[in-house]
Amino acid sequence: MQQNELDIANNTETKEYTTLNLGPTHPATHGIFQNVLTMDGEIIVNSEQTLGYIHRAFEKIAEHRPYYQITPLTDRLNYCSSPINNMGWHMTVEKLLGIETPKRVDYFRVIIMELARISDHLVCNSVIGVDIGALTGFTYVFQLRERIYDIFESICGARLTTNIGRIGGLERDFSKDTFKLIKEFLVEFPKIFGEFTSLLERNRIFIDRTVGTGPISAERALNYGFTGPNLRATGVDYDVRVMNPYCSYQDFDFTIPIGKQGDTFDRFMVRQQEMLESMKIIKQALENLPEGKHFANVPEFFLPPKQEVYNNMEALIWHFKIVMGEADVPKGEVYHSVEGGNGELGFYLVSDGSRSAYRLHFRRPCFIYYQAFPEMVKGSTISDAIVAMSSMNVIAGELDA
Amino acid sequence: MADINNGYLLQQLQEKFEADIISADEPYGMLTIVFDKNKIIDLLSFLYNHTELKMQFLTDLCGIQYPDNEGKEFGVIYHLHSLQNNLRLRIKCFMPKDAPQISTVTGLFASANWQERETYDFYGIIFTGHPDLRRILNVDEMDYFPMRKEYPLEDQTRTDKDDTYFGR
Amino acid sequence: MSNIQISPPPAGIEGQGFFATKIEEAIGLARANSIWPLPFATSCCGIEFMATMASNYDLARFGSERISFSPRQADLLMVTGTISKKMGPVLRQVYLQMAEPRWVIAVGACASSGGIFDTYSVLQGIDKVIPVDVYVPGCPPRPEQIIEGVMKIQELVKTESLRRRTSPEYKALMASYGIE
Ligand code: SF4
Repeated sequence: MQQNELDIANNTETKEYTTLNLGPTHPATHGIFQNVLTMDGEIIVNSEQTLGYIHRAFEKIAEHRPYYQITPLTDRLNYCSSPINNMGWHMTVEKLLGIETPKRVDYFRVIIMELARISDHLVCNSVIGVDIGALTGFTYVFQLRERIYDIFESICGARLTTNIGRIGGLERDFSKDTFKLIKEFLVEFPKIFGEFTSLLERNRIFIDRTVGTGPISAERALNYGFTGPNLRATGVDYDVRVMNPYCSYQDFDFTIPIGKQGDTFDRFMVRQQEMLESMKIIKQALENLPEGKHFANVPEFFLPPKQEVYNNMEALIWHFKIVMGEADVPKGEVYHSVEGGNGELGFYLVSDGSRSAYRLHFRRPCFIYYQAFPEMVKGSTISDAIVAMSSMNVIAGELDA
Repeated sequence: MADINNGYLLQQLQEKFEADIISADEPYGMLTIVFDKNKIIDLLSFLYNHTELKMQFLTDLCGIQYPDNEGKEFGVIYHLHSLQNNLRLRIKCFMPKDAPQISTVTGLFASANWQERETYDFYGIIFTGHPDLRRILNVDEMDYFPMRKEYPLEDQTRTDKDDTYFGR
Repeated sequence: MSNIQISPPPAGIEGQGFFATKIEEAIGLARANSIWPLPFATSCCGIEFMATMASNYDLARFGSERISFSPRQADLLMVTGTISKKMGPVLRQVYLQMAEPRWVIAVGACASSGGIFDTYSVLQGIDKVIPVDVYVPGCPPRPEQIIEGVMKIQELVKTESLRRRTSPEYKALMASYGIE
């Protein structure tokens, strides 16, 4: 690092800086990335990030797997809200194949995605609390998350790495049990969430620690490619759900909460409000749930249910064809993005007509906005930097691909 | 004021960069142009500073490789987004394998920094003028570019796999 | 009424005012019920680990109330998540910093064998760099499974002989990993 970069100290020659290594296994980094901080006393002068500690080569794997086997990979990108990634991927392939999904599928997907968004934001916000020293909120909201996991489990059988859905729809209709669980959740959520809110939102210590911590201006945020809650906290109302509606989001009535200063408190509040908005969306989706099938009429891509495969010749043939990769895929390239827990989650898929992707690139929001971290924490204390980092919700799986 | 859509965008580009647009297409509703790689900075700053288009958001930057496309083996793909007009544009630039070089766009978009490093890490595409072009995801000692098609996906050091059961 | 259970004493000779048993078993009992885990949570499995620690599943019921984020005070290294080749040396370093006796549990398919990531960048199982005591399968394992893994460790801790760590077999095992 050059001396002239260290413009915080006016007397650079006689100053001595300490180098502090934060990570890769530091408990406060919630994931595996390293920050090498140059410190002047307790003030951060510069920081440099190293990443790649859990680089798993998703994009390379995707070039070797048939489309339906890429879904499990997307689970592991942002594992706090895997269903959003699953759905995003399915919609990308559907866009490539030109499949129109029935409304019922869309509404189901919306319900699942909004639940996932809630669970993602819950982790992020409770962890901000933990980093400030308020562990109580964390224990409250993990109860809620377990309820969401129960719902996912009744839909697809898995908790975290859900692998929900198929290309062309969902593997099955929601069961009675699922509806019951969701309704219960809708009743239970406001209560526990209210307690969580009252613990933090107007807590003097919390406000003191978060207001003005790790700020970024809207202009810089855009230049750094921020999306999602972090961008909205700076006052830009960009939300893929509204800008480029997918999956029938245009049918729902919700608002996009925005912040003003782009500091930790704003990011926290934007996430808080978004969870309430998500609740609204889920309620509307449940109320207006259309009748119909839970999959599109595309036998050449939608894996038939197992009973069918065993009892029905046609289904068996389709199953065989799909698994052996004999369905025709058009050549072409498509970009599709969804509003993930952290921002615009994009899939750029290049198909050469074979059963696996020729090139699949994930636009991973974390990876792009985490670059701004040194700029955001320059000149602040280390404890503030930790809080700013957790409020950015950097997920290692998404960061490192 | 004219409607700001793909047609208008293409017309604006053709007026300015007639000779450099190699081809233009519109797959799945997104205008896609193949562009001369030497002029990429001109193009991006034109779009950035255009008073109406205002393409000031770099959504995505990634690399691609077509080993059989002689002279155009490597490509860099930019996805731009104009948030004001909700208009997206995809730009592709191709370059030969013995000189995979293209100038960096970090001057315009801070977000390009790591994305270019990632592309370098995966494909070995050199972004000239990049402030800090190092590997980002892989270990520094790695001596090849893993996303290139000629390199295998699997870990070669694995000992517990008996290939006879997998027909490999 | 409280339903706290007191763990049964080891076998020994009991009389009026005294109880004689082997020190090994007494120590084993104490150790097994006060394991301090060090969560080495890298990715998805780490989130399930958080769920295990949190209110619903509550690993604290098994004596692992205190999570030790410093390797020097930890007994149990819980590797939850993918370990890439870049991370391997770090993991090893953390293991070396732990004081004996130390135990290791590999949570999840990735930590056990590389899982679905048979790729150039992922370490194919952490047993390539450090010795592992218990493997927990699953991608990710459910919290119940993680708890079972911890209970298996408790079992090991309880029955471990005090001399094991100085035995030639153990030294040979360490030497095979290049650890002095
Ligand atoms: S085993 Fe599965 S859930 Fe666990 S870290 Fe690996 S991929 Fe993630």
